[in-house]
Amino acid sequence: MRPEPGGCCCRRPARANGCVANGEVRNGYVRSSSAAAAAAAAAAAAGQIHHVTENGGLYKRPFNEAFEETPMLVAVLTYVGYGVLTLFGYLRDFLRHWRIEKCHHATEREEQKDFVSLYQDFENFYTRNLYMRIRDNWNRPICSVPGAKVDIMERQSHDYNWSFKYTGNIIKGVINMGSYNYLGFARNTGSCQEAAARILEEYGAGVCSTRQEIGNLDKHEELEKLVARFLGVEAAMTYGMGFATNSMNIPALVGKGCLILSDELNHASLVLGARLSGATIRIFKHNNMQSLEKLLKDAIVYGQPRTRRPWKKILILVEGIYSMEGSIVRLPEVIALKKKYKAYLYLDEAHSIGALGPTGRGVVDYFGLNPEDVDVMMGTFTKSFGASGGYIGGKKELIDYLRTHSHSAVYATSLSPPVVEQIITSMKCIMGQDGTSLGKECVQQLAENTRYFRRRLKEMGFIIYGNEDSPVVPLMLYMPAKIGAFGREMLKRNIGVVVVGFPATPIIESRARFCLSAAHTKEILDTALKEIDEVGDLLQLKYSRHRLVPLLDRPFDETTYEETED
Amino acid sequence: MATAAEQWVLVEMVQALYEAPAYHLILEGILILWIIRLLFSKTYKLQERSDLTIKEKEELIEEWQPEPLVSPVSKDHPALNYNIVSGPPSHNIVVNGKECVNFASFNFLGLLDNPRVKAAALASLKKYGVGTCGPRGFYGTFDVHLDLEERLAKFMKTEEAIIYSYGFSTIASAIPAYSKRGDIVFVDRAACFAIQKGLQASRSDIKLFKHNDVADLERLLKEQEIEDQKNPRKARVTRRFIVVEGLYMNTGTICPLPELVKLKYKYKARIFLEESLSFGVLGEHGRGVTEHYGISIDDIDLISANMENALASIGGFCCGRSFVIDHQRLSGQGYCFSASLPPLLAAAAIEALNIMEENPGIFAVLKKKCQQIHRALQGISGLKVVGESFSPAFHLQLEESTGSREKDVKLLQEIVNQCMSRSIALTQARYLEKEEKCLPPPSIRVVVTVEQTEEELERAASTIKEVAQAVLL
Repeated sequence: MRPEPGGCCCRRPARANGCVANGEVRNGYVRSSSAAAAAAAAAAAAGQIHHVTENGGLYKRPFNEAFEETPMLVAVLTYVGYGVLTLFGYLRDFLRHWRIEKCHHATEREEQKDFVSLYQDFENFYTRNLYMRIRDNWNRPICSVPGAKVDIMERQSHDYNWSFKYTGNIIKGVINMGSYNYLGFARNTGSCQEAAARILEEYGAGVCSTRQEIGNLDKHEELEKLVARFLGVEAAMTYGMGFATNSMNIPALVGKGCLILSDELNHASLVLGARLSGATIRIFKHNNMQSLEKLLKDAIVYGQPRTRRPWKKILILVEGIYSMEGSIVRLPEVIALKKKYKAYLYLDEAHSIGALGPTGRGVVDYFGLNPEDVDVMMGTFTKSFGASGGYIGGKKELIDYLRTHSHSAVYATSLSPPVVEQIITSMKCIMGQDGTSLGKECVQQLAENTRYFRRRLKEMGFIIYGNEDSPVVPLMLYMPAKIGAFGREMLKRNIGVVVVGFPATPIIESRARFCLSAAHTKEILDTALKEIDEVGDLLQLKYSRHRLVPLLDRPFDETTYEETED
Repeated sequence: MATAAEQWVLVEMVQALYEAPAYHLILEGILILWIIRLLFSKTYKLQERSDLTIKEKEELIEEWQPEPLVSPVSKDHPALNYNIVSGPPSHNIVVNGKECVNFASFNFLGLLDNPRVKAAALASLKKYGVGTCGPRGFYGTFDVHLDLEERLAKFMKTEEAIIYSYGFSTIASAIPAYSKRGDIVFVDRAACFAIQKGLQASRSDIKLFKHNDVADLERLLKEQEIEDQKNPRKARVTRRFIVVEGLYMNTGTICPLPELVKLKYKYKARIFLEESLSFGVLGEHGRGVTEHYGISIDDIDLISANMENALASIGGFCCGRSFVIDHQRLSGQGYCFSASLPPLLAAAAIEALNIMEENPGIFAVLKKKCQQIHRALQGISGLKVVGESFSPAFHLQLEESTGSREKDVKLLQEIVNQCMSRSIALTQARYLEKEEKCLPPPSIRVVVTVEQTEEELERAASTIKEVAQAVLL
């Protein structure tokens, strides 16, 4: 059933088929190069007909993004797996209820037993009976720099993961495929660390005030000027936490009577910000431009529900790289739609800033677009810059408005000075302002690592989601039992990976996720790949039949979109 | 007989026809034709009108003009031009190029430029670098985080503590982790903005009670009890929470915790306590408002505080029983979905806790200083002091408003500016006027720290007095 890994004949149609994702004629967005290959592939995949026209299009580079269909048998087995787990869950709840099985979880105080229960029982069923079995795969404590290799504190559980004991041993030199250290700036030596240390000694760790009161340091101003220059926008503002950058600024931009069009896979912080804003939220299918265009069209034509007034403004929320899918936003198309329908665009570059584009300026740079076409450029410093916090960049009016109206500027403590300095030095390094070409090399190294790693995994026969240029690489596991098994087997082989299941993914699409880094050397990657290959055989994870389904061919149901009005 | 009469009528009709004028006949003829036309014409369809053609849709799309993304901000907006602090924001602060004594940063214990705290942070920086590059779940948990959580739990004498990487997000994430749609939250009107956002995210029913008014709270609880009796099935699944602050950020007053605890057991509502101002300030050991009143910490379901004030680091924490706190590790949005706290900031917080534990006398010193300036600021004509005498952050409000908020703000800003030029750094308490549920009146917030000497406190008080008199009279 599974094709032999590595065969060149398997690979070619796969790549070409991925290209077809652009070959959608209605909007005329088409990849210019290798159109012939795409056409050939379209012909090969007899079931799907794609019209490919060569008209230059909006994409300046190939856009290869694919999501292989879940094999039917695997899907059925996955559901059976969850069924068995649920049945056993009920059985064990029954046993716990009658005190046959020992209860490990914390309980309510005796004095408050007659209060309304703090949790709904079904809420915890999943945690108690499914998550608890494989809990050791998350929150693994580390005790070193989260660089290419990391030291993990060994822990044991004697009560089936209800509690952990630290053995005191340290698992040294675990290959780190989990941290978002895209450009390798998570380091405890070098110029960034030295600069941060200097500022720490001068300024101290905290700020003890908000930006609007007395917590606006000269360092903050310096950082904001640099960020604006880095992004190629008029002005920028920075905040103390990436999550809060979204949740505390979206409400400042839109409100009642406005419409938010949000990708279905947007991060929790965007969803929270959208909800707090009081605007109406409509969800479009992940990265699906037909779905987005339909929502845009309907919104303008039909106006607000019930009152029938036109919307005050429409804000599209998208991410640069989606952290669970490894997909890259179809930014050229989004921008074309946004212009056509006069909507505003909010682009969250949490994962893509630094990690994409020939100069590391994120997804706008990757597609060779003009940053001015994006109304709100948001991103975080947590990932590529090895620091913490977030920013928003855009026109000067926008930033002036946020300086006066952002929740964060008024009520939240500003960025810690040493963290600011880390961002400044790492950003200057990427821009080449430190007088070296180190930053540029990092960006190139990451792009190379990404392509290499993704190609090798595909050759091995795994189902890999996402764009071939995305440093976030999801490897599909599907079955719940394999989540735990994969995480543990990899750690046994000294590789730290992230595994995710429901509710972070759809119920049957459990996956492992690798995050590549410029700090990974070829040897490290080869070691990791060798082990993944072995574990893949051991756990029978090589599901791929090399029949890639382009994103647009994922089922698209026109009638299903949620509407939330608060 | 009958037929004869009928015939006669017919004859009469024919006769009338002859006698009628021609125009009359023509008119009637036209009318008859009109009726026939109406009867046979196509029926009128409602449906036809509402379906838009593609062209019409395009026109509508063409026609629609959105509002600008943001409205322009005038150049002299009071919040647009920030003060610029050069160098560290510690006891002596350089604001807009002028060296001042800091009466504005929440650096209550003076730990911001404490060499021990800096050394601890530096050691951590050299070991771990700056960022964590991941959320707690995915290799973002460092041993320092576990240490800090353990230390905080031990310090507060609770079972467990959980840390967040941002002070604001702590309570704003904690509330919606427990309180869901349909639950009821009783909250003080003066509650800070983070609480308001947490409540909004929870989508629960919110009942506001008058600031620190236990009777008003009890009235609401009673009302709810009556409501519950009407619908006991719903009441069995409706959680009730009371959300209060220890020392209120917006008023500087303390919450009447003993009475609230009584109400808690009487009406079976859980208490969430926000202690950002009172943690590391109140009580013999700085454990906050529970220690201040001598209340067992177990009576409070959840305590949240930030580490950005007394601890002079960044981030926040929640503590309480494991039964309550552990839930946030999967349900606290700001915990799960955000990168974890940079280890150097966690290390700074640990060292700050060490210092607090080693010098419990520091809290009495702070209290004494608060009382000193509080006393010295009484009796300024035109300004009133709002807040407890032991609160290290309290407000100076205008005794009488000029009638417009804008003018009040300008007056107070003038006082702040003049104090600043006389080397006393102060700031107004800033609010988003349109977003606040119950907007507090404009005020200058005075912050007391242990580093301020008696002379400095006296000088600050007399400066404020003089300036206020000059500006307000």
